[in-house]
Amino acid sequence: MLNGIDDEEKWLAEGIAGIQHNAFYMHQALDSNNLREALKYSAQMLSELRTSKLSPHKYYELYMRAFDELRKLEMFFKEDSKHGVSVIDLYELVQHAGNILPRLYLLCTVGSVYIKSKEAPAKEVLKDLVEMCRGVQHPIRGLFLRSYLAQISRDKLPDIGSEYEGDADTVMDAVEFVLQNFTEMNKLWVQMQHQGPGRFREKQEKERSELRDLVGKNLHVLSQIEGVDLGIYKETVLTRVLEQVVNCKDDLAQYYLMDCIIQVFPDEYHLQTLETLLGACPQLQVIEAQVDMPAVGAITLYVSLLTFTLCVHPDRLDYVDQVLGACVKKLYNIPKLEDSRAMKQVVALLSAPLEKYNDIVTALTLSNYPRVMDHLDNGTNKVMAMVIIQSIMKNNTFISTAHKVEVLFELIKGLIKDKDGADVDELDEEDFKDEQNSVARLIHMLYNDEPEEMLKIICIVRKHTMAGGPKRLPFTVPSLVFSALRLVWRLQGQEGDIVGEEVPATPKKIFQLLTQIIEALSAVPSPELALRLYLQCAEAANGCDLELVAYEFFTQAFVLYEEEIADSKAQVTAIHLIIGTLQRMNVFGVENRDTMTHKTTGYSARLLKKPDQCRAVYACSHLFWVDDQDGIKDGERVLLCLKRALRIANAAQQMANVARGSSGPVILFVEILNKYLYFFEKGNQQITGAAIQDLIELINTEMQSDSATPDTASDAFLASTLRYIQFQKQKGGVMGEKFEAIKF
Amino acid sequence: MNFLIGAFKPACNFSITFSDGKSRKQVPMKKENGQTVMVPLFQSQENIAGKISIEPLQGKKIEHNGVKVELLGQIEMYFDRGNFYDFTSLVRELDVPGDIYERKTYPFEFSTVEMPYETYNGVNVRLRYILKVTVSRNYGGSIVEYQDFVVRNYSPPPSINNSIKMEVGIEDCLHIEFEYNKSKYHLKDVIIGKIYFLLVRIKIKNMDLEIRRRESTGSGANTHVETETLAKFELMDGAPVRGESIPIRLFLSPYELTPTHRNINNKFSVKYYLNLVLVDEEDRRYFKQQEITIYRLQDS
Repeated sequence: MLNGIDDEEKWLAEGIAGIQHNAFYMHQALDSNNLREALKYSAQMLSELRTSKLSPHKYYELYMRAFDELRKLEMFFKEDSKHGVSVIDLYELVQHAGNILPRLYLLCTVGSVYIKSKEAPAKEVLKDLVEMCRGVQHPIRGLFLRSYLAQISRDKLPDIGSEYEGDADTVMDAVEFVLQNFTEMNKLWVQMQHQGPGRFREKQEKERSELRDLVGKNLHVLSQIEGVDLGIYKETVLTRVLEQVVNCKDDLAQYYLMDCIIQVFPDEYHLQTLETLLGACPQLQVIEAQVDMPAVGAITLYVSLLTFTLCVHPDRLDYVDQVLGACVKKLYNIPKLEDSRAMKQVVALLSAPLEKYNDIVTALTLSNYPRVMDHLDNGTNKVMAMVIIQSIMKNNTFISTAHKVEVLFELIKGLIKDKDGADVDELDEEDFKDEQNSVARLIHMLYNDEPEEMLKIICIVRKHTMAGGPKRLPFTVPSLVFSALRLVWRLQGQEGDIVGEEVPATPKKIFQLLTQIIEALSAVPSPELALRLYLQCAEAANGCDLELVAYEFFTQAFVLYEEEIADSKAQVTAIHLIIGTLQRMNVFGVENRDTMTHKTTGYSARLLKKPDQCRAVYACSHLFWVDDQDGIKDGERVLLCLKRALRIANAAQQMANVARGSSGPVILFVEILNKYLYFFEKGNQQITGAAIQDLIELINTEMQSDSATPDTASDAFLASTLRYIQFQKQKGGVMGEKFEAIKF
Repeated sequence: MNFLIGAFKPACNFSITFSDGKSRKQVPMKKENGQTVMVPLFQSQENIAGKISIEPLQGKKIEHNGVKVELLGQIEMYFDRGNFYDFTSLVRELDVPGDIYERKTYPFEFSTVEMPYETYNGVNVRLRYILKVTVSRNYGGSIVEYQDFVVRNYSPPPSINNSIKMEVGIEDCLHIEFEYNKSKYHLKDVIIGKIYFLLVRIKIKNMDLEIRRRESTGSGANTHVETETLAKFELMDGAPVRGESIPIRLFLSPYELTPTHRNINNKFSVKYYLNLVLVDEEDRRYFKQQEITIYRLQDS
């Protein structure tokens, strides 16, 4: 390899020496006005450009040397008084050269003088030059020759307003010339890849990209032609350029040229020709035939195209989808993208519509969107899914049809369930939580006012989330349950309207669904959560006046409590939840309610720790006293509960004495005292001022005993409780009188 | 302009001048010794007239049996050295036997001379026209003087001049279609054409168009054929792809061509061919040769 570079340096040096040598004699001939010699030595000089040994980079150096010399020759050609030959004859004379490359360089040089002389219309000369240059088919030599042609002709195009302006079709002549040179140059450029052995492919691609600007420059020239208005751009320039871009079937060229088109021509032109521009895009799929092309290049192309489309024609979603579709076809050949750069580009591709529209709903209508996502690796897929969810959250977008929900779930399925074969151990616990919390939040954004549609949405969400496996369900099910409950509440509000006919969305039906959903959760197992949800449902069923349903939910909750919840702390929490819920239930008949309360008090008394027992039991007192108009008010059983609680508190004190040699804090007593006061205030006849007085006495005694543990919390609690009594007394009125009965 | 030929000939000096010598066009002609001289140019059916002066060397007289001038058209085959075939031979008697004491001038004229063949100077054959002045003597041998002149005959543009168009190829390897705009070209003509590549499965390095001259002399078993490549003109550099069309524009003026000569007096023929040569990267040559006719068009 080193040798190769050294050799190249040597060849370049030889070439430069050859050019300098012949240029020296050419200068002499120019100085002595000897045309024949000048032609001879310039041709010999240009023969150095016939080399095949140099890389484009080095060849360029050689070319520039020759280029400078040709400028001097051109100056000489211009002065026909010196050499005595008319430019027309000169134009023929240089064509006598036997070797094509020197011949055409000379022809272009004379051609430049010919146009300037205006002895012939610029278009004729240009047409001849561009046509004759076909003789050089060697990619590098041809590209440089045509680049020379482009260079010398730039200021001589028969453009409108130019001194070389021709007849009515003058602009088209200018355009035609540049287009033809462009087309031929691009063909040569594409041909480059077929030169030499395939193993140098990478080197070749590098060399090719070094030359791309030679090709692209033509587009720039086109954009500079004054006379190219929208009409000509649309009808001729774009059509022809795209034709070449599509037909060349070369990824590098397609990518570069599409970019070029977009860069060099004004946006308003793009705006007016978007259909054509995008029409070409699916045809760029020819790149998919080339399996080994770099994915990143192709995708980057799609990204720029998409960004462009979004900017210029945001209302044409079909275009956006078309671009994505083309990209999918390209990606189809790459089962899994390994290239992280490519991956980034895909994320960029997918994020672009979200950013543009600030509205995922729009993206959901793009049929190819999920298909592109399928090509991401698991990690990136999740990142993209998160981007989507965040977009929804940020913009507060409600997804309001079952179909869109279905599409959405297809998009974020990476978050919803494990991919086959994915390594679960890899998961970062924190990330996973973040993801699942996002999904949970997302479920609340799936909303429709129409109950029927909403039910459909719920069913879809259920279908997808149920597949999520034990780790996800605890995150997603609560959202789903509440989403369903929200529907229940709404139905309840409009129940009056629904008469007679078979309505799909009824609370009953939803409750059935909910039972199944929560069942799945309890099987995970996540019994505590399931229990909460059962209770929540029970309460909702209560609101719908569905006694049996509510009863069923409670039953499920109790079953869970009995069979699944073994942890004592969890039991405490659960029992309080049960109590709290049951307290508000008004749908149950006496019998059912008795069963429930009986069970509940039973469980309460059987908790492990005495303080827990105590608190649960005094909480149960509320089950017998509902402070509603029609609420149950069973003062006797309230008192029984409180008394039982006192007994337990007492027992707790004694146990503490035994265990630690000091009695426990009196806080339980103070708490019970507060319950007494509550029911006293609510008018429970069973709770008397005397009983409260006794209780206060008891507390004081306990606190003053030797074995009492000083506890500021209890002291403060008691103090404020007593202050409350004092306050009620002072308030006067009925309540004040009532409280006067308590003496201390 | 007068021409003195053989200044140191014994006995006398000759001067042969053409009556329109001052205005007649002169063209270069290569002599046997390699020198190029300018000689007058004629065409068929012209009158060839002028004056011949004979001047004895100082103080000498020339006794002679008569003076004559001949107009000869000769074909000379180099491999058959010394053998001339006169296809044209005209004689004018200038003087009856007698003596020349001093410079004597004879006018002569060959009117509307039929000179169907052009002067030609080839590899193996030469066709020349000469004026031969002979002073016949009984002793000392006759004194002979030659004056070359060149004949060129012009043709009108051919009424039928079809293009040459042909599809050739090697199966599954290379198929091309080429077209030359004419089959008959004049000497200062331009060959315009194109080569269209229908199928290219070989890596072509370059493509040339050659002009070849084929001179055949003699006949039967004695035929000598000499082929020269007069022009080698590169048409294409590099490998074309299918569908490519390469232009041809070849100016004929820089090359030393003659008109096509067909079976001149049953002695020789000169034919021209365009040879399209493709060379691949392994230097294999693929070629197709087509005859073209070259004619001389009157300069306008």
